[in-house]
Amino acid sequence: MATIEISCVEVWRQISDYLDDEISPEMRERMEAHFKACAHCTAVLDGTRNVVELVGDGRVFQMPDGFSKRLYKKLQKLP
Amino acid sequence: MTQSQLRTNEAELIKSVCAGEREAFYELVRPYERMIYATAISVVKNPADAEEVAQEAVLKAFSHLSTFRAEAKFSTWLVQITYNEARMKLKKAHPHLYESIDDQQQNEEGDFWPKDYADWRPIPSELLEQKEIRQAVRNAINSLSPSYREVLVLRDVQHLSIKETSTILGISEPNVKTRLHRARLLLRDSLAPGIDGSWIQGQPYRKARAW
Repeated sequence: MATIEISCVEVWRQISDYLDDEISPEMRERMEAHFKACAHCTAVLDGTRNVVELVGDGRVFQMPDGFSKRLYKKLQKLP
Repeated sequence: MTQSQLRTNEAELIKSVCAGEREAFYELVRPYERMIYATAISVVKNPADAEEVAQEAVLKAFSHLSTFRAEAKFSTWLVQITYNEARMKLKKAHPHLYESIDDQQQNEEGDFWPKDYADWRPIPSELLEQKEIRQAVRNAINSLSPSYREVLVLRDVQHLSIKETSTILGISEPNVKTRLHRARLLLRDSLAPGIDGSWIQGQPYRKARAW
């Protein structure tokens, strides 16, 4: 059976769920067929994936130096 | 350590703390320090306030440990306490600026149209070695409205599940997905143009834009 085509707007709507694998196998197949043919949606997908990777990197929110030490001290001071 | 081993281990530690072994509490909390800090800074935005919130949250967790129910996940409980502390601090410091999370339901309906179709090639992780890039990512996250920022930080920074995020924020799972989706696309819009030129210097840059 041929894959049913979907529009760019529908693809954008699903991009985040696509990255999280929160879509049905049928939707995944339709989206992948769309990405093969559509450079714009592929660009949006790559960009969104890069954002998730950038944000998920532990270096973005680094704890200040001495954070653990100060926290430990606070705990020791508890009555 | 598997999830169930972790739970058993944490349950043992909690028992010890409740029996008066204070040192065990630090062992219990230590793996989640970064999580607590990232949660705090996603709400209060500046490092000094975030550290204060983190400390207050940990102290509160200590004094309320006996109320922790074993069927919950310790990390989820801890993040929830941190959120409450952070929001309280923000409310106290800027009562007029504080945006109620519940008032932010608008604009979530309807479709999001990506602004830029920049062909953003995969980024080398070395990019984050640069201080300016880390700052740019933080600024972009900070510019999101609280309801989007909180979901993004829990899901994509802390890597919590949709279910855990929904529990911590007290919103439905579909709502988590909708806000996350919006947050990611907004970030892409604000960061993609930065990749153009200034981020990847000396490399030819190609835009895929047909209209």
